[in-house]
Amino acid sequence: MEAGGATADDVDRGGESARLRGVPGWVLGIVPLLLIAVAIGAFVVLGAPGLGERTGPPAEELSIERTKLVPGTIELTVRNDGPDAVSVAQVIVNDAYVGFSGAEQPIGRLDTATVTVREPWLEGQAYEIALLTSTGGTVDHAIDVAVRTPVADIGFFGLMALLGIYVGVIPIALGMLWLPWIRRIPPAWMRFVMALTVGLLGFLAIDATLEGLELAGAGSQAFGGAALVFIGAAVAFLALTGVSAWLRDRRRAGEEAGASAGSLAMLIAFGIGLHNLGEGLAIGTAYTTGALALGAFLVVGFALHNTTEGLAIVAPIAHTKPPLRRLALLGLLAGGPAVLGTWIGASAFNTSIAAFLFGAGAGAIAQVMVQLAPSLRDDEGRTLHPRAVGGLLAGLALMFATGLLVSV
Amino acid sequence: MGRQRFRRAIIDLVASLTRRKLLGAVPALGLGAAALHATVPHSHSDASAAEHGGEDGATPGHGSGHAGFRGQVDHKANGFDPHEILRNFDYGKTSRLPDGRTLREWTLAAAEQEIELAPGVKYEAWSYNGRVPGPTLRCTEGDRLRITFVNGSRIHPHTIHFHGLHPAGMDGMPGVGRGEIAPGERFVYEFDALPAGLHLYHCHVRPLAEHIAKGMYGTFIVDPKQPREQADEMVMVMNGFDTNYDAANELYAANTIGFAYAEKPIRIKRDALVRIYVVNILEYDLINSFHLHGQLFEYFPTGTSKTPSELTDTIMLCQGQRGIVEMRMPYTGKYMFHAHQSEFTELGWMGFFEVVE
Repeated sequence: MEAGGATADDVDRGGESARLRGVPGWVLGIVPLLLIAVAIGAFVVLGAPGLGERTGPPAEELSIERTKLVPGTIELTVRNDGPDAVSVAQVIVNDAYVGFSGAEQPIGRLDTATVTVREPWLEGQAYEIALLTSTGGTVDHAIDVAVRTPVADIGFFGLMALLGIYVGVIPIALGMLWLPWIRRIPPAWMRFVMALTVGLLGFLAIDATLEGLELAGAGSQAFGGAALVFIGAAVAFLALTGVSAWLRDRRRAGEEAGASAGSLAMLIAFGIGLHNLGEGLAIGTAYTTGALALGAFLVVGFALHNTTEGLAIVAPIAHTKPPLRRLALLGLLAGGPAVLGTWIGASAFNTSIAAFLFGAGAGAIAQVMVQLAPSLRDDEGRTLHPRAVGGLLAGLALMFATGLLVSV
Repeated sequence: MGRQRFRRAIIDLVASLTRRKLLGAVPALGLGAAALHATVPHSHSDASAAEHGGEDGATPGHGSGHAGFRGQVDHKANGFDPHEILRNFDYGKTSRLPDGRTLREWTLAAAEQEIELAPGVKYEAWSYNGRVPGPTLRCTEGDRLRITFVNGSRIHPHTIHFHGLHPAGMDGMPGVGRGEIAPGERFVYEFDALPAGLHLYHCHVRPLAEHIAKGMYGTFIVDPKQPREQADEMVMVMNGFDTNYDAANELYAANTIGFAYAEKPIRIKRDALVRIYVVNILEYDLINSFHLHGQLFEYFPTGTSKTPSELTDTIMLCQGQRGIVEMRMPYTGKYMFHAHQSEFTELGWMGFFEVVE
């Protein structure tokens, strides 16, 4: 070890000129940074020589981050996504100039402003709002169904919590009740169940990615837009890989039997939890914007859809005897975030954060799939044997079919 | 009579209370007072309304119950005021020709010009003589007209195409006679003022929609030899502006600035004859209209006949169509006029007459 390090050092030093040999390493590291600072400073002081004035009309990009409807008023929170400041000069609602307050000053880059429009809007109707800027450009925003934005009081959070429990906690708990049945099935069919689980998760990963991309496309692009979904996925994937590697190291020291399956179940529960956080976000937002009709059908659909997630959690721990407390914890870890998601979605929704979270959900699930893959292997060491493929396809089909019941 | 007035006042009070309650901005105590104040001009229709002038709650979009802008347009910076354009007629420089006829001479210069169309909304317009609409050229049937056109644009060719009777070379058409007048060049359009009526002029260079929509148009009135009855005369050029260049208008108006006659009503005298020269030049929309509240008017399409075609309160015009509106308002008070397309109305094309003794 030590000898190898010394050799590498010698090689490095060998490439260096004799004059620099006396200079400390950190100075060499800082010199380029200083030069960059000087160059930027000179560029700014000299007024960007050679580039001249920016040509063309100002690029005006405003995105509507939040819409709040109160009887008599519509409140829009806008963020300036573009490079230039934007002045909202007038507001048009359904082809009529309306009185409004807010955004008196130009909105700077990445700044937000709240525009409060006086409009006697009618419930259930659609509204087309155009912000007319100082250059005559318009920023359009559609309210598909006007519904009073719920006041975030205890009753409302209670309702959202109930919704989260309906679609998240209860179905997963029910799904976990398959545990005794799974214990009885022979190893060959167990591989089928594991493949089914991977299939279910695969569908969820795709679903979360698409949802995240859709959200990112609709919202502000200033913070990365669609890139946020992939960054979120990478962060979650790498973080979970790191955590499971760390757990494995510790286990090797303790050599505790069954811990592997336990931590795998925990990881699955965590990944599904992230996914359900995103699902909760979507439900909460849809509810507040009036796009979600809270029907029994939707709740039933979500319940069926998410029951399969319970199966995914218990499959790896089929041959261990976890205490009930641990099972409850797993269920809560997977389903609980749905409640949290509805709260966030209904009160402080931000498309950029939501897109990131959806990406994180997808990344976490992908990591779990990687972890589960070895358990699919048959006696000959094949992963994609006929039964596994059948399980994967069955998982995808099951999720697809139950997914048809819900569309937020 | 007194009881009826009291009842109206109560109804108005209730109406404004409910309206203001919806707006939810006025505290309860100020609410009653504000509502009462708003009621006053309606119930005491005549004298007090006159005293209040344009200030009795007519600031649009601020709880007065109709659409409007936030803020004020700087007419001085624009170089023209819709209230001045309204009653401004340009008779040109006159001289007598050897044959005894009157020669009228004008100079019209085209230019690019930034206009504040609505408070805070700037628009790169093209104008004749620094105003949109261009000057209202007025002459008498049979006059000799000489219009020197100076294309002051830096980039664009322009023309003046007059509606009316003239030889082909004076038609201001690209490819006919002198055709397009290049930037920096000039041309003299010369013809006899015929026939009597209400006409218009505009640029006819391609792309036509753009050259018209950007503001290159104006009113051209040929008075009949036997003059019309003395009246309070005004010009309303119905136009609109596509500020975001999507081939649809964001703003509508009479004489360019939306809501200008709503924020400050046009004062007219009770029972006095009012004559409005209404010209529609609106681009991108197929039709436009003019509607008057509280009275019907006599309508003279194109102003070519002295016999009205109709007694009505609403007329519909396509682009280039125009006509003379004549009415006397028998009661004092405020009366709206607007396009009877609600969309145009609430996007700026509305105003008020304030009839005073």
